[in-house]
Amino acid sequence: MTTMTQAPPQTVQDLPQVRGVKQIPVFEGFTSGHRTCQGCESALVMRLMIKAAGPRTIVVGSTGCMYVANTTYYSTPWVVPWMHTQLGSSGSAATGTAAGLASLMRKGKMQEEPINVIAFCGDGGGVDMGLSAISAALQHDEYNLLILCYDNESYANTDIQVSGSSPWGANSTFSPPGKVHRIMNHRWKKNTAPMLAAGHPDVRYIATACGSYGPDFTNKIRRALTIGGPTFIHSIDPCPKGWDYDPKYSHELGMLAVETGIWVQYEIVDGELILNGPSRAIARGIRPRKPVTEYLQRQGRFAHLTEEDLKFFQEKIDESWEKWWIPGIVPFGPQEEG
Amino acid sequence: MATQTLYETEREELISGSEAIAIACAMADVDVITAYPIRPYDTVMQYVSKLKADGAFDCDFIVAESEHSQFEIVKHASAVGARTFCGSSGVGWFYAFEAITVTAGLRLPVVAMVGNRALDDPGAFGVEHNDAMAVRDLGWMLYWVGTAQEALDTALLAWRVAEDPRVFLPAAISCDGSFLTHSQAIVNVPTQEQVDRFLPQYDRGRLLLHPDNPITVAPQVNEDWLMEIRRQTDDAMRRTSDVIREAYEEFKQVFGRGDDSPFIEEYMTDDADIVLVGMGTLAMPVRVAVRRMREQGKKVGFLRVKFFRPFATEEIQEALSHCKAVGVIDRDYSYGSPSYGGVLFNEVRSALYDLDDRPLVQSFVAGLGGREVLVRDVEEMTQMVQDSIDSGKVKQVNTWIGVRE
Repeated sequence: MTTMTQAPPQTVQDLPQVRGVKQIPVFEGFTSGHRTCQGCESALVMRLMIKAAGPRTIVVGSTGCMYVANTTYYSTPWVVPWMHTQLGSSGSAATGTAAGLASLMRKGKMQEEPINVIAFCGDGGGVDMGLSAISAALQHDEYNLLILCYDNESYANTDIQVSGSSPWGANSTFSPPGKVHRIMNHRWKKNTAPMLAAGHPDVRYIATACGSYGPDFTNKIRRALTIGGPTFIHSIDPCPKGWDYDPKYSHELGMLAVETGIWVQYEIVDGELILNGPSRAIARGIRPRKPVTEYLQRQGRFAHLTEEDLKFFQEKIDESWEKWWIPGIVPFGPQEEG
Repeated sequence: MATQTLYETEREELISGSEAIAIACAMADVDVITAYPIRPYDTVMQYVSKLKADGAFDCDFIVAESEHSQFEIVKHASAVGARTFCGSSGVGWFYAFEAITVTAGLRLPVVAMVGNRALDDPGAFGVEHNDAMAVRDLGWMLYWVGTAQEALDTALLAWRVAEDPRVFLPAAISCDGSFLTHSQAIVNVPTQEQVDRFLPQYDRGRLLLHPDNPITVAPQVNEDWLMEIRRQTDDAMRRTSDVIREAYEEFKQVFGRGDDSPFIEEYMTDDADIVLVGMGTLAMPVRVAVRRMREQGKKVGFLRVKFFRPFATEEIQEALSHCKAVGVIDRDYSYGSPSYGGVLFNEVRSALYDLDDRPLVQSFVAGLGGREVLVRDVEEMTQMVQDSIDSGKVKQVNTWIGVRE
């Protein structure tokens, strides 16, 4: 009997970790030609992503800002091969691209080389519509691929509508504060990365990220691309249009999301949780969390929140740090004895 | 290779239409195949997975988590140069529809099998053609298979035509649920050498998505360019006729079988006053009925439409231009359509409009949900067409056959 097993996971590229901004590659794979908003943090995420990955990369982007605002016919910003995929298809696009390459290389129909496969999606495409396809992609440990969810906390391309990743209370065109209902979005932001980590224990790398921390972001992309198998990164991207603030504060708001403890920076590597940067300092009690108001009150989308609302928001964040089994990450734990 | 040792000699096998297509997948050395269960098409994937498990077929076989993902995965695999196959049935095909639509828009030569099934609700497993027909306006080639042999042959033809750079369009192979997907017949399985001679490797050329060819695929074009791109797809579809003809001639040379035309099959139509028209396995009872009626001296013939897209307008005009009346049997419906007729009926009637001397055209909806179309049903339809000829006009354009009122 012939044994024909799936080829072992393809070899990976040599993408060393960087120590500091100066080691971030000079290579630009996302250049002029896009027409994202001033202060768009997701555009920076795209730029950092492809700097880290390098030119031997295929990028697939699902519908969203980073499709519509980026790739206008005749003025693409992508220097690497890039292809659109449907809103809910980042997982399938990554799987299909990686499977095609793997099959062709195994059968000798294409020259063998490690090619990075990255599929990106927004929060609408990833946290909402595409969740099932991302979950399926994360089950295929025979393929090397990265799914990057750039989360600007709304359907920002279609006029800012609330998504499953929008924060509680946020004003959006589908959750506008009104005369009778001040809070139209009663949903708490989905805890996406831990959900995927808990649900796919064989995945070797799942991380959260923020473009405000460039070297950390670069290293996360590189770790995801070189560890082998399917990986997932969830990045928080301040959005001047959707969050309603002066574009010059994007970088600062990203940091505030982390410093207030609303967004937690971590990597889950082979089942081990590693907190990064300010999140690690907060968890160790080295630095205190800033009050959530410092973050919320800088954004027009929360302008309608009352003192009581802000208190509720703070309590929910406090609870996630003080009562969760793993602060900010795992909300449940074993039953207490007794 | 293991595949070659299995198919060294030409041989006959008793297999179903689904199994025939699975064998075609292995012989075509398809690179990426995606599956998701829904009856009745999924039998093809059961055979594919067994071929892979037994080492007879090296492919990346991916069980997707939905039909949408199934079709998205092959779409993207096709973009990086992989030969692909997938399929579905009924509402599963509809679940994948977004992906199905863009596959044609992207000009990717995915080949899919549709195991025709009624669209739930209410639940029904049996054949109806409305599932596959839904792609008729989208740039997919669409073929209705009549036998298991034709299923195997058409799959090989489908990759050959779809992957031709003059075409680069996806192709759907429609197989009547149960009647074709599950019914066994003797199939002549060709040799690997024959298949290799007929089917070149898929070469995406300058459209390949690869770091050596860093293109941007499917940007936003809006009103600035959309019409030009739609027109290019239309041009590609127009080119399919010649490519199909050319490939079919070569197919007949390499494999030593085939009909006169790749688009239609004519049965006793030469001197026929009445020609019945239908698709798929309907041909079986209709041929029997035609033979019986011929024995009774009635001049009846049958025309089976094989390619629904491209629709062989001129060949169908030619085949139907000499008869007095045409009865189109649809295994589908089109609520609110012209004359409340079937889809095929309206296409055929439209194709005949330009003839100077048009036959009468009558519509029959029959065999929905897998209900059997009997020889006596065909005789009844023929009699109704005869009545139209006798009275000089079609009094009731569309009739539902065998419905409990």
